[in-house]
Amino acid sequence: MASPTSAPGRWRAAGAPADEGGRRRPLRRDGAWPLLFAGPLVTGIAVFYLWPVVQTAWFSLTTSEVFGGSTFSGLDNYRELFADPLLYRSLANTLVYTGVVLLGIPIALYLASLLNLPGLRFASFYRVLYFLPYVAMPTAVAMVWRVIYNGDFGLVNHVLGLVGIEGPYWISTPGAAILAVSVVGLWSSLGFSMIVVAAGLKNIPPEYYEAAELDGASRFRQFRSITVPLLAPTIFFLLVVTVIASFQLFDLLYAILGNANPALSQSMSLVYFFYQEGFVSNDKGYAAAIAMVIFAIIGLTTALQFRLQRRWAQGG
Amino acid sequence: MAEPTTRQTRPGVLPVGEPLTAVRTRAAVRGERATPGVPAARRRRRGGRHGSHVLAHVVLATGGFVMAFPFLWQLVMSLSTNAEVQSVTPTFWPAELRWENYAAVFDRLPFLDQLRTSVSITAIRTIAQILFCTLAGYAFARMRFRGRSLLLGLVLSILMVPSQAYLLSQYQIVQGLGLLNTVGGLVLPGLFSAFGTFLMRTAFAAMPEELEEAARLDGADQWQVFWKIMLPLARPTISVLAITSVLWSWNELLWPLVVSSYSERMPLSAGLATLISDRTTDYPVVMAASLLAMAPVLLLFVVLQRRVIDGLASSGLK
Repeated sequence: MASPTSAPGRWRAAGAPADEGGRRRPLRRDGAWPLLFAGPLVTGIAVFYLWPVVQTAWFSLTTSEVFGGSTFSGLDNYRELFADPLLYRSLANTLVYTGVVLLGIPIALYLASLLNLPGLRFASFYRVLYFLPYVAMPTAVAMVWRVIYNGDFGLVNHVLGLVGIEGPYWISTPGAAILAVSVVGLWSSLGFSMIVVAAGLKNIPPEYYEAAELDGASRFRQFRSITVPLLAPTIFFLLVVTVIASFQLFDLLYAILGNANPALSQSMSLVYFFYQEGFVSNDKGYAAAIAMVIFAIIGLTTALQFRLQRRWAQGG
Repeated sequence: MAEPTTRQTRPGVLPVGEPLTAVRTRAAVRGERATPGVPAARRRRRGGRHGSHVLAHVVLATGGFVMAFPFLWQLVMSLSTNAEVQSVTPTFWPAELRWENYAAVFDRLPFLDQLRTSVSITAIRTIAQILFCTLAGYAFARMRFRGRSLLLGLVLSILMVPSQAYLLSQYQIVQGLGLLNTVGGLVLPGLFSAFGTFLMRTAFAAMPEELEEAARLDGADQWQVFWKIMLPLARPTISVLAITSVLWSWNELLWPLVVSSYSERMPLSAGLATLISDRTTDYPVVMAASLLAMAPVLLLFVVLQRRVIDGLASSGLK
């Protein structure tokens, strides 16, 4: 997540050898090469990403007519949106999902510390095992989770039944559905968190622990005074990446719930709400307004991250 | 970004009482480097906690079983009958392994069409991303031209934008071009990647300038410098880009769902999702289909495990 290196730094780096061949430099302004090299990509990004963002922002200020076409309607969409209980419902669901998935970070911290034990056998086998759900196709794993959560013959309710609890119809009960999906989200992202934490742990010089041990520091003290402070930037990075990814919840929800689910309207995430309005109800203006709200939330999170990260870098 | 594949692990990796060579071979297999000549005292101290390692194995193996369980369960169900899947007391092992469920995937579902679509989009996108991002990444890292930092800033700004903010409009463009329900429409926006450009630019910017200078003094032109000198050096990063592109193209759901309306024209990711909304659910066939759909990527992952894990963990993006 390095911030883009500013051009001046690059110029300074290039400046050093320029002194020897100062006269040759201006000739090598690279002519048409940059156009050839960067042109296709920049055009593609401009046409298929940058312009669409501008256009979507415009859509959010328009209302679609019944017979095609749209008219400018100012902030009407936003007014309607902020009065729409579904916005708050889907925001709340997204937050529940995010919260549950974030629980994976402490679990990942614990598992990663085990994984990093010196001389642990099968370490790479464990890594593969835990990482498997992260690379697996969400819609394909959703199939099996649907059955595991099935109210009549699912494993979850079978196991709950063994201890005398009658489980709900997880997927079709509002409230239970988003929890069920969140657990799958936790399952699928745990491996990623674990690997990131393990990499952070590996970067702590072992000498620190050795010195601490010589000084008689307890395991807990070592954890508190060495691991925690040195791992903080890693955890913070993970936090931000996890929050941003969780706010994009769609695939798992769509595939686990299915689109004929009675609990659907109460279980939507923000992105699902956007999809529903934009591509099922075909209300382009309204969906665009939802998109802008999501954009604002992600933007604020990213801005907060940059600010905190800079403070970190300066404060040491 | 381009991390070395072998990473120095903590010293003292050697368990007590094992011949050094054996340990070193195993460590080498795991891709780690054992540190020979570790003082015996330290070795004993580290290795002396074998009791806690047992606990670690118990915890990690239990967790690993939980992680792998859905896949195993899926495999069992894919070999069962529909009645066994839906029986109230779970059938942990089917009475008879019904491999014909896998044949049914090809007979009863548009699986082959979807597979072909998935393979096409994944291949086209990956090749295009490597092509465009490598060229642009090199230009942004190494060439001088007016507006460079502005253009780079614009491209990278897309990294902070959630896809919903351009999806509606992308759909309109693709619709306008008459590309709905075609492979062209499925791949089009995904041919270009801001993330890939960022990745490649970072890699090229980190390479020593001297190599280029030397080649230039020998009379190489811009293309030759790029093709013969810089590109080979960027190979590890290109493989990270390829991996992220393959994973994303293969697994992505929202865009395919939006631009394709018949299941014959969908890639597997979207095709599977629409499968279950049908009322007549033949669970074993659905399970077989989803296992088959995941298989290529999971196989690729198991083969390239270290590269995939390190690549994804360092890029921080899926």
